[in-house]
Amino acid sequence: MLPKLIFKNIFRHHLRSALTIAGLVVAILAFGLLQTVVNAWYAGVDMASANRLVTRNAISLVFPMPVYYRERIKAIDGVTAVAVSNWFGGIYKDQSFNNFFAQFAVDHDNFFDLYPEFITRPDELLAFKKDRRGAMVGRLIAKQHGFKVGDTIPLKGAIYPGNWELVVRGIYEPKDETTVTRQLYFHWDYLNEEMKKRFPRRAEQAGVFVVQIADPSRAAELSLRVDNEFRNSLAETLTETEKAFSLGFVAQTEAIVTAVKIVSFVVILIIFAVVANVMAMTARERLAEHATLKALGFSPGFIGALIIGESVLLTAIGGALGIALTFPVAAAFKAMMGSMFPVFYVTAHTVALQVAAAAVVGLAAGLLPSIRASRVRIVQGLRHVG
Amino acid sequence: MTIPYSYVFRNLWTRKMTTLLTAGGMGLVVFVFAAVLMLDAGLRKTLVSTGTFDNAILLRQAAQTEIQSGIYREQASLIETLPEIARGSDGQPLVSKETLVLVNLTKKGGGEKPGNIVVRGMPPMGMALRPQVSVVDGRAFRPGSSEIIVGKGVHDSFEGVEVGQKLRFAGREWTVVGVFDGGKSGFDSEIWGDVEQMMQAFRRTAYSSTIVRLQEPALFAAFRDRVATDQRLVLDVKQEPLFYEEQSKSLSTFISILGITLSIIFSIGAMIGAMITMYAAVANRTSEIGTLRALGFRRSAILAAFLAESILLALVGGLVGLLLASFLQAFTVTTMNWQSFSQLAFGFDLTPKIVVMTLLFSVFMGFVGGFLPSVRAARLEIVDSLRAA
Repeated sequence: MLPKLIFKNIFRHHLRSALTIAGLVVAILAFGLLQTVVNAWYAGVDMASANRLVTRNAISLVFPMPVYYRERIKAIDGVTAVAVSNWFGGIYKDQSFNNFFAQFAVDHDNFFDLYPEFITRPDELLAFKKDRRGAMVGRLIAKQHGFKVGDTIPLKGAIYPGNWELVVRGIYEPKDETTVTRQLYFHWDYLNEEMKKRFPRRAEQAGVFVVQIADPSRAAELSLRVDNEFRNSLAETLTETEKAFSLGFVAQTEAIVTAVKIVSFVVILIIFAVVANVMAMTARERLAEHATLKALGFSPGFIGALIIGESVLLTAIGGALGIALTFPVAAAFKAMMGSMFPVFYVTAHTVALQVAAAAVVGLAAGLLPSIRASRVRIVQGLRHVG
Repeated sequence: MTIPYSYVFRNLWTRKMTTLLTAGGMGLVVFVFAAVLMLDAGLRKTLVSTGTFDNAILLRQAAQTEIQSGIYREQASLIETLPEIARGSDGQPLVSKETLVLVNLTKKGGGEKPGNIVVRGMPPMGMALRPQVSVVDGRAFRPGSSEIIVGKGVHDSFEGVEVGQKLRFAGREWTVVGVFDGGKSGFDSEIWGDVEQMMQAFRRTAYSSTIVRLQEPALFAAFRDRVATDQRLVLDVKQEPLFYEEQSKSLSTFISILGITLSIIFSIGAMIGAMITMYAAVANRTSEIGTLRALGFRRSAILAAFLAESILLALVGGLVGLLLASFLQAFTVTTMNWQSFSQLAFGFDLTPKIVVMTLLFSVFMGFVGGFLPSVRAARLEIVDSLRAA
């Protein structure tokens, strides 16, 4: 009896119910997208591997370290491999957002062994290793700029002055959704040679070292050992897990992430106000009806459940539609934003949050009107003119 | 004949709960809308006050930021001899040769959160070229010493930078001897010290950038041409305000795009809320509308009355949202500027233009949300609506 009444009640005001559901769809969709944006911010963090450490200059990331540190780090027991990686910061075409992608000069011979999440083709990897000016580009930028194997990519150096031309020798694919493929990798040796010719003082320098360790549980101990190795030297180091390193980046822009998080809950508040208003109006209009039901012998609990049920059903429909729409809209958003968010997909956690938000709105919005309605005095209710 | 405004006003007053919820929803949307505009305005204000058209900045060609740039000592000396540059009372050229580095500090509030802070080494001339900056606590650093002064933004949001404390970087201890107020400029997010000491500590042989005071801003074009044609200077020259504006372009664009997108999506929700409320108002007052029509009020008067009610509702929400947003002016946001790779502190700035835009935005929401219900009210037939009672 109860479900049937709730169902019928919803369709009494076609327009109102349709509008409420539309509002809910927009709100739940917006909430889901904002949560996905927050997740996208942490893209690099999810990709981080537990058996990789990053060693950088202790002062800050912009200071280099002598490249011979590589051999000293490699000699430490428990370290299985070390690769140099320098942020190149070249400009492709112009400075616009759409043309931005990261470029790193790396140790060509072992870098891709350290990153098994980049799927490479053996023949392409070999061609990359053989060509001094060769570069490996990620699937995302290859798709965005139409790079093909054999293409030349001209870059204007902002940190390393001059015009640089790199040849695409391979395109690497992501292992899964968390893998970021918005980077270009080329030979650190090539960069170093050119710097030797042009600015000898700036040659033989490494941006960061990616350190592979055999046993992730020794990460803290090995980080300390690396840093102790260079204590009181000209370039002291700071070593942390790749995850901590990436989180450090996110923390730099934390204010924005926090703002987006707060705003994502504001939209829930907005839709709560809308649904609560609808339920309050509905309950007020049906005062006489509720009194009649009571007079017929239905319990106050039944009347309360009638209203809560309607509120929950409305939000359930709106929420379900909103969640269903989140997936295609997120995909469209990703396509539209290009390389701005290299990793952008709806997680199970986001969907769970959406469900929770819809449930809370449904229950909370119906609560007050339902208590009021269940307490209505029969005489007063019957006298009431809608 | 128009329906008196008191009718409109009293209708909202009678249904307090509904008015409160609908206006509250709209108020939240307006709050977000205003907050984003204020943040963008605050960012612009910070960067505009960082530079002055009296000054020009020289960087290595193609360098986008001071951090990427490098200027050799010979080049810097050459700059000092250029005729467009103003000279002080003692005949010294007003030129500040500076070096910039980034150091990592920990944000206040626990959690080991790092932030990149600009450390700027400058000669005594550097302070003279930036009259908006004044030391508010302690004293200025002494030339030739390992003393530093910290900007107010850094002082407020980062650990270990109280006067008397020591920071350790580049193999040295640096004593904080003062806090300076950059007049809400980007300098508030920097640490300043002596340029020669910094160059030694960081083992640099080149400066990062050079700031010059021109005799008058109008000479800039001539100065730029002279620098461009001099084969010994491979440098770019920019007017300070334009340079700082470029520095924050992507951050500003990001804030505006994110904010406008959010406001549009959120406003859909609020407009639907207003529409529901107004449809209910029309349905509840069908007989009233019939009476009004029977009394001789025209359809247009009914339309206007309901539209006015909806707009008034939205305006109440807009004012509440604006009031809430105005409290944001007490807060400062510190975040990384991607282009300069360093932390920048800026506030929310409520300008008259934003007040007008926000109120127009809420009127627009009220109009769109109330339009269809008002049309329905105006279209009711007298006989039908009187019978509905």
